Amino acid sequence: MNKFLLTASAAAIALAGSVGLAEARDQIQIAGSSTVLPYASIVAEAFGENTEFPTPVVESGGSGAGRKKLCEGVGENTIDIANSSSRIKQSDIDLCAQNGVKEIQEVRIGYDGIVFASDINGPEYAFTPADWHNALAAKVVKDGQLVANPYKKWNEIRADLPDQEILAFIPGTKHGTREVFDEKVIVDGCEENGTLEALKAANAGDEKAAEKECMALRTDGVSIDIDGDYTETLARVDANKNGIGVFGLSFYQNNTDKLRVGTMGGIVPSVETIASGEYPVSRPLYFYVKNAHLDVIPGLQEYIEFFVSDEIAGPDGPLAAYGLVSDPELAKTQEKVKNRVPMGALN
Amino acid sequence: MTDLTAMPAVVDSQSRSLFKRGERTRRRHAAEKRFRMIGLAAVIFGILALFGLLGSILNNGASSFRQTYITLDIHLDPAKLDKTGDRDPEALRKLTTFSYQPLIKMALDALVEGKGVSVEGLTSKDLEGMISKEAPAELRRFVLAHPSRIGETVTFAFLADGRIDGYYKGRVTMATAELDRNVTPEQLRLADKLKDAGVLATRFNWSFLTAPDASDTRPEAAGLGVAILGSAYMMLIVLVLSLPIGVAASIYLEEFAPRNRLTDVIEVNIANLAAVPSIVFGILGLAVFINYAGLPQSAPIVGGLVLTLMTLPTIIIATRAALKAVPPSIREAALGVGASKMQAIFHHVLPLAAPGILTGTIIGLAQALGETAPLLLIGMVAFVREFPAAPPGGFFDPASALPVQVYNWTQRGDPAFIERASGAIIVLLVFLIIMNLGAIFLRRRFERRW
Repeated sequence: MNKFLLTASAAAIALAGSVGLAEARDQIQIAGSSTVLPYASIVAEAFGENTEFPTPVVESGGSGAGRKKLCEGVGENTIDIANSSSRIKQSDIDLCAQNGVKEIQEVRIGYDGIVFASDINGPEYAFTPADWHNALAAKVVKDGQLVANPYKKWNEIRADLPDQEILAFIPGTKHGTREVFDEKVIVDGCEENGTLEALKAANAGDEKAAEKECMALRTDGVSIDIDGDYTETLARVDANKNGIGVFGLSFYQNNTDKLRVGTMGGIVPSVETIASGEYPVSRPLYFYVKNAHLDVIPGLQEYIEFFVSDEIAGPDGPLAAYGLVSDPELAKTQEKVKNRVPMGALN
Repeated sequence: MTDLTAMPAVVDSQSRSLFKRGERTRRRHAAEKRFRMIGLAAVIFGILALFGLLGSILNNGASSFRQTYITLDIHLDPAKLDKTGDRDPEALRKLTTFSYQPLIKMALDALVEGKGVSVEGLTSKDLEGMISKEAPAELRRFVLAHPSRIGETVTFAFLADGRIDGYYKGRVTMATAELDRNVTPEQLRLADKLKDAGVLATRFNWSFLTAPDASDTRPEAAGLGVAILGSAYMMLIVLVLSLPIGVAASIYLEEFAPRNRLTDVIEVNIANLAAVPSIVFGILGLAVFINYAGLPQSAPIVGGLVLTLMTLPTIIIATRAALKAVPPSIREAALGVGASKMQAIFHHVLPLAAPGILTGTIIGLAQALGETAPLLLIGMVAFVREFPAAPPGGFFDPASALPVQVYNWTQRGDPAFIERASGAIIVLLVFLIIMNLGAIFLRRRFERRW
């Protein structure tokens, strides 16, 4: 026992001693958006398979958290790339600058569609943004009057919508997807159905305040925030057949046997309609690279070039097959990445 | 005996027949019966819940240990792989997996023709989709390892695509294939024909335990290898650090420390520490080990250190209880024949307390093994495909962990990952059961009672 204890403590001390000297890192570290995660892991896997470099480590945790981590500073124990489903904010850039991260490269990898889908055995839906605003907003215009949302069923909003109770599972406010939903569906719908005008009148012409009020959703249990990911939304739709969930296009494409997708403004969401801009609800996906790490972490430059190459991010690549809408300006991005052009000020 | 039977008569002032129950006795018996029923109901409820949980996990996850394979004869065409013919390893390495896809396609075409199993309406894209996207990578690895075999025809057993595999596990049916954009009924019909021809078979899947994680496009190739190794590394670190520190701390507190206010405060704090939510240790780990000490992210060393902090109180409490359980007569006898205090403890008390200490340690380790929350903050919830190197260097390489892998897989879009997540839970449960059985065995075998 005595001897055993001694050896064990010796080992413990040796281990604790080695803590100080961390090794040089030879793999790329990536963190950020869970929307970008599947794409990043597809690329990381292919990169590890096809090059001499080890497979990069891809962490999820959210766009905001990823950008914050990127801006923690320069050095081997900070990440190299932040995935993001929304554009970097000025506050992030300021934080970066404050911590010595001066040059950041912005790489747009493509577009992601946001779709509205219900149970496969339910009725078909043909939405417009105005319908969604009418269904979910706290205040809507009915018969020329601004009233608290009175609608209980979809066909009360528009007669040709199905006779089904309104119930929506929308992404929680921490998701980047929610921003797009608010902006491209709720606010656009608000304008379309005339609520914006009414709210502007009520707010004495203040458009910003009116827009903010547009985004206020009803709180009577009809619109349910999902803070988890799409698998949770799918489980909720599965449990409640009246529910309509908000999903990413790639998630929907993996579950077409369980979900029926609704059209938006008469357009069926698909890689093609999003690429052409016909389907309105989409957003660009990005990743941000710390330029200071480019010649320090082996394979970083190669990884970025590999990511945006035609073979990977092009319209026939594995990312497009998984549901990413390939960027029509990919060639420009490739050029930028090759020359390591850091991003300028936000416009 | 006479005293006992006389008792009720004393308590109950009205003397009654012993053979006829009084009102009060009846009520007391009824209360006892009710309590027993409630207790039994609670136990039954617990067991049902456990069986429900285990049943659903086994039902979902058992199939992940079996996988469908398609046997293909691949002609390693020199014209495609090595145009110069000098087998230059540099040139071979330049060839990406995309260049290997055509070889698989040719082999598939030859297979369909050779076996006469063509299915009407099957496009060539469908045919390629039968095989996992892992196959070209497997082929490339083989060619790089054996460049001399270019030009030969080699037989491979490739993973079938996740949806084809799902067909044999009941996840995919002809009806769902109709609606599913990732699989067509023609593919399933071809799969049935290939099965009849003996080319396609479902068998035990070792690679689920040995292969690394795979991306969302190839759930069929995803395995637990890196996660199991990462968990093992962390447990090793936890064991090596927390056992000596915990035992030393408890021996000092129990045997040497004076009883005063300071030791009281320490004692209360250890008990409190055991009840601190594990995520707090994660925050601490991020602040101290990564941001301050500069340890790498996603590395088992950081996970191990964080889990050590979490396990220490458990071990200290268990060790102190074990030390307390050794009767003072043993210590006194040793001291009486002239042993020093340290000799008495290390020669007599500690060996007798060892089974209790080890049991506590194993239970602490089992707790640490299933912990996810603190790992979330130190970057271990990540997609990691590279195996960490051998220790001690490997402690600093990125790795995953078993509970983290479960969490990761439940978030993926492809339904095949649900099966794999349940499979990972089964593996985790098996490890936990083994550890707990070990603890029970130690307790039964070596524990002494006085």
